[in-house]
Amino acid sequence: MKALVPVKRVIDYNVKPRVKADGSGVDLSNVKMSMNPFDEIAVEEAIRLKEAGKIDEIVAVSIGPAKAQETLRTALAMGADSAVLVETDEAVEPLAVAKILKAVAAEVEPGLIILGKQAIDDDANQTGQMLAALMDLPQGTFASKVEVEGDHVSVTREVDGGLETVKLSLPAIVTTDLRLNEPRYASLPNIMKAKKKPLETKAPADYGVDIAPRLKTLTVAEPPVRQAGVKVADVDELVAKLKAMGVA
Amino acid sequence: MKTLVWVEHDNAAVKDATLSTVTAAAKLGEVHLIVAGAGCAAVADEAAKIAGVAKVHLADDAAYEHGLAENVAPLIVELMGDHDAFLAPATTTGKNIAPRVAALLDVMQVSDILSVEGEKTFTRPIYAGNAIATVESTDAKLVITVRGTAFEKADAESGSASVEAVSGKGDAGLSSFVGQEIATSERPELTSAKVIVSGGRALKDADTFEATILPLADKLGAAVGASRAAVDAGYVPNDYQVGQTGKIVAPEVYIAVGISGAIQHLAGMKDSKTIIAINKDEDAPIFQVADIGLVADLYDAVPELTGKL
Repeated sequence: MKALVPVKRVIDYNVKPRVKADGSGVDLSNVKMSMNPFDEIAVEEAIRLKEAGKIDEIVAVSIGPAKAQETLRTALAMGADSAVLVETDEAVEPLAVAKILKAVAAEVEPGLIILGKQAIDDDANQTGQMLAALMDLPQGTFASKVEVEGDHVSVTREVDGGLETVKLSLPAIVTTDLRLNEPRYASLPNIMKAKKKPLETKAPADYGVDIAPRLKTLTVAEPPVRQAGVKVADVDELVAKLKAMGVA
Repeated sequence: MKTLVWVEHDNAAVKDATLSTVTAAAKLGEVHLIVAGAGCAAVADEAAKIAGVAKVHLADDAAYEHGLAENVAPLIVELMGDHDAFLAPATTTGKNIAPRVAALLDVMQVSDILSVEGEKTFTRPIYAGNAIATVESTDAKLVITVRGTAFEKADAESGSASVEAVSGKGDAGLSSFVGQEIATSERPELTSAKVIVSGGRALKDADTFEATILPLADKLGAAVGASRAAVDAGYVPNDYQVGQTGKIVAPEVYIAVGISGAIQHLAGMKDSKTIIAINKDEDAPIFQVADIGLVADLYDAVPELTGKL
């Protein structure tokens, strides 16, 4: 069976985002971009399933600007077999992404679709669930363990009180949580080899998907700034402060 | 506008996250609740007492016992024929179900709202809370998840709503519940605690974490949290994690011990009323958001603090 792994190009997780002065968004010019960390975990999981003989082929897909090719090449260098770039310069919302992914999946016919649980830019945490709904497939969200056994997959999920395990019939959708695995680094020879792997470029219109946004962003603002604090000299002073606040 | 609110419960009692979601829903219009589960009539009765609730829909069926999104989403979609907005708390349950509902209704979800600015206008954090976006939905129906710490809890005692049984399609036959491992703790729940003591990588190991952080937390009647580094290193279970990928908390007092203050951690706690940091590195980023900072070795400072409280 094949695995489809959607990946997103986002601001690097170590960069502190800066809000544009005109409130129109976050300034992404000359900012380091990388693969969304949760998507790296998704790629890694697909590769491990392939190494375990559960998956035969991994197709990575990204929806975004031409530069998202770099993100796909990273996925190929990690171990994906081929890639599809659905190129657009517009910002695409999770619902539209899910619709495009559904169309891509109709061509690839994957047994498993592995996504990150959320992208660290819009923090939406929607795409996997929406794709599962549109394709009428079961969903294993926030996965910390994935076991493919025959015609189903067991997914251990990170839920608020602890862990929960669900059994899903295949094909299924899985979204990754941070503790699922430790993604590998692409080695230099693999980065070179990845340049020769197939990467197909498409457009949203090829799939007949309308990507017009449903949510209008009116403004983007800095969060309220915290007032500068004080440093206390010793524990006694800290105890006094805690007592003054009525905590101790 | 008629709203439908997802009641988060464990088939025995309503969870607190529901109450904040009701407050957000009440800003939009008439509040109805959906209680889906198995043998959960008592939950519906409890939910009916939440102030401002007009009606409770009770779907009692074995298929809904564990809140599997595949079974629950079609039920909600059916009820949405008669409602204009669906609101769920931004808990793991709400985040699992709501987008599935939204896609079935062909609407974009507004995730993790911080405020209601108008009938279709909301604020929500993006980029790990480093920016706040004000967004307006153009969809006919709204699907929203609500950040619990951003809204007051509705009064759980003064309401008197009617309870009406509803039935959905039941088991969709796509998924089944196998089991769960729920971490047990006698301390207050992290997301609703007034005081939180959190430990980071500097705690070295599980035993040191326990010996250092727990006595201080117990002295203060506080919940215990952790940074991702502490969770990954195995000092504490993952449901202790505070941050962009863990829990979002906003207690009265947040005490960060041996936590450097990476942006992913700050995303989970920077709305706390008072932040106290204990760290031996005076340049640690945590001091930029801390109201009270103590530059000291935590192995000296924390036991001393515990002793003097």
